[in-house]
Parts: sequence; C-alpha cells; structure tokens
Amino acid sequence: MMAVAEISGVRREVNVACIAEGAPLENLVGTWTLIHVGFAMSRIDEDEAAKTLDVLRELGEAQELLDAMAEGAESLRPRR
Amino acid sequence: MKYVEEFRDPAAARGVLAEISRVTDQIGATADAPVRIMEICGGHTHAIFRYGLDKLTPDGIEFIHGPGCPVCVLPRSRVDECIDLAEQPDVIFTSFGDAMRVPGSYKSLLQAKAQGADVRMVYSPLDALELARRNPDREVVFFGLGFESTTPSTALTIQQARRTNVLNFSVFCNHITVPPPIKALLDDPHMCLDGFVGPGHVSMVIGLRPYDFIAQDYGKPIVVAGFEPLDLLQSVLMVLRQIRDGRAEVENQYARVVPAEGNPVSLAAIADVYETRPSFEWRGLGEIDASGLRIRPDYATFDAEQKFQIGYGAGQARAVAEPDGCACGEVMTGRVKPVACPHFGKGCTPELPLGALMVSSEGACAAYYQYGGARAVEVAK
Amino acid sequence: MSTRTRLRDSHVTLAHGGGGKAMRDLIEDVFATAFNTDTTEDQARLTDAALADPGARLAFTTDSYVVHPVEFPGGDIGKLAVCGTVNDLVVGAARPLWLSASFIIEEGCEIALLRRVVASMRTEADKAGVRIVTGDTKVVERGSADTVFITTSGIGVIPPGRHMAAKTIRPGDVAIVSGVLGDHGAAILIARGDMALSTDIRSDCASLGHLIEAVLAAAPDTRAARDATRGGLASALNEMAATARCSIEIDESALPLRTEVKGMCEILGFDPLYLANEGTLVLFVPPDQADAALAAMQSQETGRNATIIGRAISGTSGRVVIQTIFGGMRIVDMLVGEQLPRIC
Repeated sequence: MMAVAEISGVRREVNVACIAEGAPLENLVGTWTLIHVGFAMSRIDEDEAAKTLDVLRELGEAQELLDAMAEGAESLRPRR
Repeated sequence: MKYVEEFRDPAAARGVLAEISRVTDQIGATADAPVRIMEICGGHTHAIFRYGLDKLTPDGIEFIHGPGCPVCVLPRSRVDECIDLAEQPDVIFTSFGDAMRVPGSYKSLLQAKAQGADVRMVYSPLDALELARRNPDREVVFFGLGFESTTPSTALTIQQARRTNVLNFSVFCNHITVPPPIKALLDDPHMCLDGFVGPGHVSMVIGLRPYDFIAQDYGKPIVVAGFEPLDLLQSVLMVLRQIRDGRAEVENQYARVVPAEGNPVSLAAIADVYETRPSFEWRGLGEIDASGLRIRPDYATFDAEQKFQIGYGAGQARAVAEPDGCACGEVMTGRVKPVACPHFGKGCTPELPLGALMVSSEGACAAYYQYGGARAVEVAK
Repeated sequence: MSTRTRLRDSHVTLAHGGGGKAMRDLIEDVFATAFNTDTTEDQARLTDAALADPGARLAFTTDSYVVHPVEFPGGDIGKLAVCGTVNDLVVGAARPLWLSASFIIEEGCEIALLRRVVASMRTEADKAGVRIVTGDTKVVERGSADTVFITTSGIGVIPPGRHMAAKTIRPGDVAIVSGVLGDHGAAILIARGDMALSTDIRSDCASLGHLIEAVLAAAPDTRAARDATRGGLASALNEMAATARCSIEIDESALPLRTEVKGMCEILGFDPLYLANEGTLVLFVPPDQADAALAAMQSQETGRNATIIGRAISGTSGRVVIQTIFGGMRIVDMLVGEQLPRIC
C-alpha cells in the first residue's frame, strides 16, 4: 500500500491505505493529497478548493469595489 | 505548492480582514469586551503567531489558546515512563522530534539520549517499524502520542506489524481525543468562550459529527479550519457571522480536505486497534473521562505498557506535581495568557523550559516567546 | 626529494597514529602529497609582503568540523573545513593566505575516504588561493570519533583602510544575502536519512573570497559581512543587530529559497531562516552603494542569486523582525537548541 509522494521536488514513500478506496493504486498517480507522518490521509477535493478560493476572491473583489467607491466619493468632494 | 500558496495570498487577505472588521463592529466587540474565540489545535496557535494574525485582526477579537497540543498536555509522569523505557539496554526508543525536548521530573528524552539511552527521532511510525525489522535483536518502542490526526497512523502501523510478524515492535500509547477536553472546558464555569476554530487534521479523520454537541448542547459556533492564514481568517469570519446572527452550528471551512463523515479506513483502524481508557491524565486539566486510548488486549503483543509493565498498563499511574507557580494548566486552557505565568521569560524560556508549553513549537508560551507576542513589535516609520 | 612509499593499507589503524613509520607513511602518502607541504620541520615558515604594509592587520581564525555524514551531496567534511575557515577570514575583509589542518581519525576509517576528503581540501584551497602549510594527525579508538574530525586554522592579511565590522552598521544600511538560503542544512538533514526523504538538494558549500573582493571593489564602504552557518540567517542577523545596537527588519517575500528547500520545510515544519548555509553570506552596505554591491555579487558565480532582503533600522538593540508574506510583523529570535520536526 505504498506510493511515492512529491512536495516541491522532495520525495518520500507514503502509505496510501487511507485514500486507496479499494481501487488499483495506479489510479492515485497524479492526485493531490494531505500527507501526515508518512501517510496519505485525505484526497484534496479540487472542487471544494476552488469553491473556497472563489469565496475568498469575492471578498477581495467586494473590498476593491468598496475601496474604489470610497476613492470616487473622495474625489467628488469639493476641494478646500 | 499547489493548494497551499493560494491560501497564503496577502492580496486576498485584505478582503477577509475588512469583512472581519465590519462584522466585529456589528457585534459591538471592543478591546475591553472582546469576542473570545478559542483555537483548539496547537498547529493553529502556531500559524496565528507565525503569520502575525493576532495583530492583523481587530482588537475586538481575542484568541484563546486551547489544549490541542499533544506534547503540551503530556503529563510529566508519562515522560518519566518514556525515559524508563529508553534507558533499558535492549530498547531503541523512537519518537517524533518535538516530544524529545519535554522535561520530565528529572530530564527529557534528549537529555537521556545524551546520557547514553538509545533514543531516535523518526518522522513516521512506519520508520520505527522498519527499524524493528532491521534490528531483530533489539526491542523497538514507538512513542505514540497525538490526537486523532496521528492515531490512525500508529493503528495502521500496528496492524502492519502483526501482518508481517515483527514482534520486537511495540507502541507506548498516549493517544488522546479532542472532544472530551472541549466538553471539560465548556463545563468549566470560569471559562467564557464565544466560539471555536476547530482542528483541521483531526477532523479529516473523525469528520464533523463529533462536534455537534458543542453547537447543540452548549450553543456555541465551531468552524473547522485549514492551516494557511487565509483558512484561519475565513474561519474566524465564519465564527463571527454565526455570533452576529445568533446561530450555533458546526461549519467546515476546510472542506477541500475534511470530509463530513471523516475517513472510513482511519476510523476502522482506530476501532480495531484501540479502546478508550476510563480516564486519562492531562497536564493542566487533570483526569478527564474517556479521553485517552489504549491498545486492545487483542494486540497486547504490540503494547509497550503490557510488554514492559509500566504506566496505566501496570495499574500504577503516578501523578507528578508541577513546579511551584507553573501556570501551564491555566495557559493551556486559555484562562490566562503566557505572560501572566510568573516564570514566563524568567525561569522558563525555550533554552531552559520548565513546562511543555515552552518546549513544543505549538505551545502558546513558545509561540509568544519566539514570535514576540509578549514583546511589542516596533514597525520602522 | 625523498622517495615516497605508497601506503598499502586500506583502513586506518592505531599504528597510524603511533608516531612511528606507519604514521610517517600515512602523513607522507595521504596528506603531504595532496597538500604539497614540506614536512621536514615541525613548523611552516612563512612571509608575505602584505603583512609589512603600514595599517595592515593579521587575521587569524580557527574552526573544527564534525559534520555527519562525512560525505554529502555538494561536498564533504574536507571542503567544508577549507571553505568555512576561509570564509571566516574573508568576511573580515582579509585576504586569506595559509591554513593549518589537524585530523582526528577514527580507527577503521577507510584510507580511500581520507584521500577523497584530502583531495577536496586541495581543490578548494586552490580555488580560494590559499595553501595548507602545516597540520597534525591523530588516531583514536573506534567509537571515540565519528570517522574523521578536522580542525583548520587560517591566517590572512587585512589590507590597510579596510574596517569591516558589525558595530559599524547603522540604521538605513541595506541587508543583502549572496544566495539561496538553507541548502546546506537541508542537504545534511536529508543525507542523514532519518526522515527517509529524497531530493536533489546539494550543499551550497563554497569559499567566498572572490565574492567579497568584488563587493569591496564596487562598494568600498560595505559595513560588515557574516556567513550564516549554524543557526542560519536568523542567528547571524541577531548577532549583528546586537553588536550594532540596532534592529534589523527583513521581508519574508524577498528571501531567496530553492523550491525543494521550501518543500522540505513544509513537510517537517522547519523554518528556513534557521537552516545552516556554508557558501552564503549576509552583508550590510550603505544605501547609496547597495545597487553597486548587488550587481557586483550577481556577477560572481557564488553570488548569482544575491538579493536585497531588508535593512537595519533604529529600534531595540538586537531585535530582528520580519514582515511575513502575509503582511503581519513578527520577531525572528535566535535559534534555541535544534529545530525538531513538528508533529501536528
């Protein structure tokens, strides 16, 4: 139940029992997982990752909009 | 690094921080009457200080550092037992690195090693098993500590030891579980907490259901969080929104890693190898019911407590008193901040630690000392 | 020239340290041949015209090398022993001249290994422009040393007019590192094998005399330099800040790091600021000479990844602060004990 995991060019053998889900181990090649103390413990759910990043991005865009509105309001104020 | 760097993007932080400020104001929290949020996991404590999140979030938020550092809650007596084991001539004692510095009553594992005990650091219990395979004339003991994030790995290793008949391998089991100390804190009349940031890696094993009691029975919000700074900030925001809206739910910010029902293979391995002890000693919290695990009789061959007749296995759990004035317990349960401990920075420093919170890189005291939480950081004008 | 008998033993024995013929053969065949030293007298007799210049100062340093494993990707204990001592001289603006090399060898050490180590030392000494002129050999019982320990002392000359010292650093001075951080520490950790990791990381071990000379030619008022060895960049900066009685502020996003070193630190929970470097230094220059210093470093092989990482600022004496990639500020303290991999 072993596979080689790579993190930014650093490689280590890890046990994949937790993520194999009864399928042939070859299916795992290329999947992103969470590694802890030599065990692959959870597959990264790419959809959920994208969703989380979207929420964060929206917050960022909302903030940019607010900043832009604030700047716009500032520039409309009569100069002293 | 994919799935890591995106969650460290400082540009994205601005939006979350602004929203956190807004919701904190809506709640009406200020420095004098803050919202008190406990981050349970030591890894989260470390991340908060490493990225300076305590300084980036508004004064109306107070982080209470919880007992989720397995090295920190290790009682002195268990460290003493490790050393007893390590000092036996035919034993190779293996351990995760962090645990080797914790002081016992007389010395730490690192000091025992300096005095001649065969103590070796390993990254994985699998490495300890391999050591046993390669050294058939020695007894290899693995110091199994950690919460549910680490428990499956020792369980799977013990199963492998049996399958491959490596009989000179055993585990000194000090695994503990997260929900019981949380309940103990919630039952403590002196504790005043408004919400929780839940442990990400424990949850990838146990899922979300074990936290239901926090929301349902105690009416507090809990958000399971990832470990990158954006994860933590987003989780704090989710907790704040629940508080503002008067909700108390279990939410999952770390959904990319944490499945709601946990990991079936891990849970099955834990159930197969371990059973719950009636109670277990936690440094700073005393005895907590049903909070520690021991190896089932079926796997007694791999149980260091049985093999070497020590600890709870021998029926003598000896309690060892803390040094005078040591506030490890209060700090660990969030009752006081590290700086309030009389020894902080004086008799207790990373060089000469009195207690585990100063030794472990996830301990609140170490984080405060190392990252300067106790010392104001001046920014050049 | 005396005829040198070829040593036929494959391993070092206690006899080789006994002072008799076996020891003579070892010294002649392994050490004296490689270093081309004259072993007729007990001491090297040396002159150099530069010592006579009014205002010139003698620079003198010593260091012991006990690295394990003895051979690692990117070098060996011999290369380390030469580069480390040469670098201790050149960071003081000295021109390095001569080294001594003392060996404590464990009984049973392979002679072939010794030859490789010694060959590394010769190669490195030639690159740095120094001669190994004297030395010593001892053999100890099995278990009393880890294969081989080396102590090198170095002598150099600081030309008149050069006054590099940490105490001259002032607020506003720019901090520059000469290359990527942590390669040596990472390479050694991985070579030890405890963590069962495999990578292509190699030690950055190198002598830096040419780099310093290039910097001083372009930026003559360079205040101070230090090589960031044990304890990493963090320790070097803490020491310099304490001596200079100022604070230092660095920018995490500016720190040059190899991707694999970042990956290793992620896995083990390490901070690259504390990993040892053996061919990387940090130096402080006045702001108006910073660009010139940087360009000079980047023109050298050993400085091609040189980067500005921060500056000295007024503030609490000895304090080092870092602006995290995330925007927060925190303190960078001295390393206490050793970094140990984190559990959670």
